[in-house]
Amino acid sequence: MPLRIDRRPDSTAIRVAAPLLAVLLTVGTGFLLFMALGLNPADTLYQFLIAPLLTFYSLTELGVKAAPLALIACGLAVGFRANVWNIGAEGQLTIGAIAAGGVALAFWNEIGWWILPLMLLASILGGMAWASIPAFLKTRFGVNEILTSLMLTYIALLILQMLVFGPWKDPDGFNFPQTRLFSDAALLPVLQEGSRLHPGAIVAVLVALVAWFVMARTVIGFQIGIVGDAPRAARYAGFDARRTTWLAFLVGGGAAGLAGAFEVAGPIGQLVPTLTPGYGFTAIIVAFLGRLNPLGIVAAALLMALTYIGGENAQIVSGLPQAATGVFQGMLLFYLLAADGLLRLRIRRVPATNGKAVTP
Amino acid sequence: MSSSKIIVPEVSTRGISRRSLLIGAGAAALVLASGSMAFAQDPLKIGFVYVGPIGDHGYSYSHDQARQAVEKEFGDRVKVTFVENVKEGPDSERVIRQLASEGNELIFATSFGFMQPTIRVARQFPKAKFEHATGYMKAPNVGIYNGRFHEGRAVHGTVAGHMSKSGVIGYVASFPIPEVIMGINAFTLAAQKVNPDIKVKVIWLNTWYDPGKEADAAKALIDGGADVIVQHVDSPAAMQVAESRGAYAFGQASDMSRFAPNAHLSAIVYDWGPYYIERVNKVLDGTWEPEDKWWGLKEGLIQISPYNDKVPEDVQQAADAVKNGIIDGSLHPFTGPIKDQKGVERVPAGETISDADLLKIDWLVEGVQS
Repeated sequence: MPLRIDRRPDSTAIRVAAPLLAVLLTVGTGFLLFMALGLNPADTLYQFLIAPLLTFYSLTELGVKAAPLALIACGLAVGFRANVWNIGAEGQLTIGAIAAGGVALAFWNEIGWWILPLMLLASILGGMAWASIPAFLKTRFGVNEILTSLMLTYIALLILQMLVFGPWKDPDGFNFPQTRLFSDAALLPVLQEGSRLHPGAIVAVLVALVAWFVMARTVIGFQIGIVGDAPRAARYAGFDARRTTWLAFLVGGGAAGLAGAFEVAGPIGQLVPTLTPGYGFTAIIVAFLGRLNPLGIVAAALLMALTYIGGENAQIVSGLPQAATGVFQGMLLFYLLAADGLLRLRIRRVPATNGKAVTP
Repeated sequence: MSSSKIIVPEVSTRGISRRSLLIGAGAAALVLASGSMAFAQDPLKIGFVYVGPIGDHGYSYSHDQARQAVEKEFGDRVKVTFVENVKEGPDSERVIRQLASEGNELIFATSFGFMQPTIRVARQFPKAKFEHATGYMKAPNVGIYNGRFHEGRAVHGTVAGHMSKSGVIGYVASFPIPEVIMGINAFTLAAQKVNPDIKVKVIWLNTWYDPGKEADAAKALIDGGADVIVQHVDSPAAMQVAESRGAYAFGQASDMSRFAPNAHLSAIVYDWGPYYIERVNKVLDGTWEPEDKWWGLKEGLIQISPYNDKVPEDVQQAADAVKNGIIDGSLHPFTGPIKDQKGVERVPAGETISDADLLKIDWLVEGVQS
């Protein structure tokens, strides 16, 4: 009897069980791994997964780290739902940060409530402009957007480097590649004194709520889903795939650009050659970990942030080698995706028809 | 879940208190001593932050060797923590801050990109002491230190001037910042003293550690005619390319000869140990002040590793003469006349570049192609 893989009927039990199983497996394997490394496994797990949740400061840091990931991933998810593969969020973030930084430097040492809003606006437009290049190439010439958006990322990073090594270099900075520190009017306020949590975290949550509403409750969201799931049906229904491509890129680029502004006007406070540890790429993982659902994405971004901060914590307090923190992070992601897949799919024996296997 | 519990004792360090917490354990019941209780007679807690992995066999490795020297020197009187592969930028601020909040009283931030984060954390933890490497910002509790890496480059430039047959030397460089520019210039000037026609081709990588890129750059430079490879990046990748292509190379930050027994002519070895031991001593006896130290060959922070047997005796002597001249002060690596890439004279004959000007140098000497 041939075997066949198909989808299990969707159930709440499985939705809850999958992540729980993944966490249990991660904890179990992590326990063995840390023991093999000669560490106290329970303490290391505690430092990794629990300790970052116990101090107020590390909770705010979780927000600092998760906000850009959630913001970018929400923008990307819109495109991924429509089968538009924008891999270049890192580049759109960079151009957004450059646009915001340009405004900050142009009005350096000036005072005005309008400087910060102008920076945010500039970053959104900058990110959109950068994203519209692959959108144009895709809709006009049918160029694969995965390649163009990815390659534009490297161009964006080089533009940033050209600026901070060249015309925008801090004149009093001993020729180090960085701009002046932004003046106060160009810096985001912090939500809580003594922390680095900035309004970008609130914006990320708001964007997620709006994205959820649009995707789940409006005609535009429905169109995006149909264009992604059944492009031919979408065409018959008169939905415009080109417009969807443009929409996906503009939303993704705008969100990434905004995240760039929040980073440079928030925790960084200036333009430097390396702005993020690859948030634009990590956000792709976050988007899929959250199953392209904006609310799921917020949870996934927080989880991702926890593994980073926990990894630092385990290094500092337990002496876990850095490579082992990477293994642990990878393990968690692997189990999450594997548990998801294995619980949602099932292998069934199906009766053979006329001696020929039925291909799924 | 079994009913066994892990009890983590209440820990309080520098105002950050972790509430006691009960969590269920899968199998083992363990009472944990979470290890950071602060008592009066506790050892001095010291934190190190590295930009690369300790296994880079280059820069971060050299700091980690010094970290071990500190542990060996002070034994139970210190408790040392390090964090490796910390990205320059927002993440580094969190790491440095956490080291401070875990009660580390002396923190070495070993890369230039940690400068602003170190200054910001130092402001929040006025009692902790910070040492930032290769930057320029001081504060009441932030001292800065750097190595005169370019002094070693002058010695190696002398060797390279003799050993290069093609007259083209390939330089795998990280960022065009003063520290790196100084090194390229010192190397080129020394090589030109041996062979005035020498050309130094530079490839900028904009990273301190990326073995793939480092190897690619070395290949491109050798394809472009270079028969000696110099590097100001941290992995032995370029060195290994030189070995396989029959070129010569100089190691960076630590002796890399085991990666390339034939190619490796010599390495500049960074020995931060004596500096770190001095600083720890000053914290222990209460005399620590923020200072600005720039140690070189003379203080032993920069050392020249043994020459390969392939370097002829007379070349070794010429290189040692440069080294000894720098140590006794009779030779300055930047003695005029020095022209820049455009041929404009920057330093008149007989004059030298002051330390203050060196620390913000942004021009390359004649003969450098980049």
